[in-house]
Amino acid sequence: MSQTLQPTTPPASTGPAQDSNRVKLGWSNRLLARPDVGALVAAVVILIFFLIVAPAFRSADSFATVLYQASTYGIVAVGVGMLMIGGEFDLSAGVAVFSAGLLNSMFCYNLGINLWIGAALALVFALGIGFLNGYLVMRTGIPSFLITLGTFFVLQGANLGITKLVTGSVSSQDISQMDGYKSLGSIFAGSWKIGGVTIWGTVIWWLGFVAISAYILTRTRIGNWIYAVGGNAASARAVGVPVTKVKIGLFMTVSFLGWFDGMHYLYRFNTLQANNGVGDEFIFIIAAVVGGTLLTGGFGNAIGVAIGAFIFGMTSLCIVYAGWDPNWFKAFLGVMLLLAVGVNLYIKNLSTKRKVG
Amino acid sequence: MTSRPRQALRLVAVAAVAATTLVACSSGGKPSSNSNTNANNNGTGAGDNSGYTIAMITHETPGDTFWDRIRAGAQQAAKDEGVKLKYSNDPDAAKQAVLIQNAVDSKVDGIATTLVTPDALAGAVRAAENANIPVVGFNSGIDFWKKLGALAYFGSDETLAGTTAGQRLASEGVKHPLCVIQQSGSVALEARCAGVKSAISGTQNIQVNGANDAAVVSTLQAKLAQDKSIDAIVTLGAPQAVDSLKAMSATNTHPRLVTFDLNEQVAQDIQNKKVEFSIDQQPYVQGFMAVTSLYLYIKNGNDIGGGKPVLTGPSFVDSKNINRILPFVKNNTR
Repeated sequence: MSQTLQPTTPPASTGPAQDSNRVKLGWSNRLLARPDVGALVAAVVILIFFLIVAPAFRSADSFATVLYQASTYGIVAVGVGMLMIGGEFDLSAGVAVFSAGLLNSMFCYNLGINLWIGAALALVFALGIGFLNGYLVMRTGIPSFLITLGTFFVLQGANLGITKLVTGSVSSQDISQMDGYKSLGSIFAGSWKIGGVTIWGTVIWWLGFVAISAYILTRTRIGNWIYAVGGNAASARAVGVPVTKVKIGLFMTVSFLGWFDGMHYLYRFNTLQANNGVGDEFIFIIAAVVGGTLLTGGFGNAIGVAIGAFIFGMTSLCIVYAGWDPNWFKAFLGVMLLLAVGVNLYIKNLSTKRKVG
Repeated sequence: MTSRPRQALRLVAVAAVAATTLVACSSGGKPSSNSNTNANNNGTGAGDNSGYTIAMITHETPGDTFWDRIRAGAQQAAKDEGVKLKYSNDPDAAKQAVLIQNAVDSKVDGIATTLVTPDALAGAVRAAENANIPVVGFNSGIDFWKKLGALAYFGSDETLAGTTAGQRLASEGVKHPLCVIQQSGSVALEARCAGVKSAISGTQNIQVNGANDAAVVSTLQAKLAQDKSIDAIVTLGAPQAVDSLKAMSATNTHPRLVTFDLNEQVAQDIQNKKVEFSIDQQPYVQGFMAVTSLYLYIKNGNDIGGGKPVLTGPSFVDSKNINRILPFVKNNTR
């Protein structure tokens, strides 16, 4: 909640304070109270650690690969982070990414339609899923964890069942020879060589989405609303925040970003496997939580979520760069994530303790 | 106003019922459309309506092209022999055992099952034998089927397959192959890599997340950057071979690429010589023979294999025979 107050609180002046218990925070404490600082420190610690133990990581190419890996998760995590600040979960996000891609691919391939139309249709479909998730949550009052668990299973089954029905196999057909492939490919799956290093378009898009999300959360009324509905929906409603609209909007934001990610996978790989995406929903949530977002809502920020995605991307690849025994991969990953969350918590405690003393 | 949502709810309920019936229809309709393409081959041969019911139980994780082919083979055999096929699957060992028990309880005429986790399945298989239901094993369990009392076994020897692939690579001068495991904790996949390692001691394994192709590519890119000595990549599933090609072009490295299993893209890449060869265990044959052997046993008392496992692989697919095999891959039967 401190986040929402910050822009509106005038910097405490040296004049007579009206509340005797108001404490003026030094810049260091104000910095430490931000949700993303803990994540940033953790990211730097892990980065330095891997620069020391993984010689193969010390190159621009490797760093670009890590950024790419982070961006494929990070794009959807931007939306999931905002949704979690708004106090809800979306477990269907990982599978919905592939639903959008599969719809675009199979619709166009089998009917011989320009891919742009399929992409637009997939967007409408994705937004529809987001709307349905949000609508059901708000209408029924059932926790979003359960509603989206339902959509997760429905989409997982539908992805498989429909793909099998349409293509007779469990992956979509190759669309690389179709109209619109080139132009869509350059938008969603473009990459450039800069100084011999391949930079993926998704990284730029990701940073763009993070910037937009950060702007909305901290500088707009909608941002205030998001923190308010996540902090306490009842009191937010009492002061006139359109809670239902905000939450449905958040679910649709996740769907939009999921669609975007789905387009990337489709136009990079040309075919999609119908069973993909299962498990990714947790990676989005992990990115948000490692980035300082509270599981209970009302606290977090966009930069933190981005750093969370970066930590996940970096850790998962650097274990390979370090050449560690692959059997232990998940164990290393878990330790690194615990480390990230631990550093995060330590920093946060540090800041609150000083505030009291 | 209050009646609106109720009406809407009712609509949703009706739609849900309609959807389930539709799905039920289509899952029954699919094999018939599939076999239409083969109708010319066996239009005259089919027609034997034996009336047997055979249950096939696997540890399939839904959505894998590989299992698709096992089912296609089993369905074709069932159609040819007039057998009613009941297919069920669960990747969880305990649940697979329950599915076998279900088949025993419903008094089927024969059971074909994968034996991936022999200890967990032993009880259910014994229950089948006590009920005088013949059991055949296929796909996995080559070391256990006899102990469990199965009639026959159809599958590939994974260690042998890995060793054969390794020997072929070794003869081409490969010293440091990378074996890509897309699912952690799978006995069969580990056995393949162990087989490769037994032929080439410099073999390394790597774990990738098979449920996300982008992650597979990035991980392989990282590995290729980390270890420049890698001179061959062995993927254990066809989609990962396609991912490897992307990682190789991104890192501008040129190790040899070989894979287990086939899909259309890999078949195409073998034709274009981007993938050197594929080690196929012929899943279609496994499904087909599992059903057929039960049919023959029930109808005619035959047993197949002479007490030894019937190997459906390793069968090599490379540029020499790909032209003959490609149409079958496109047809989802090989």
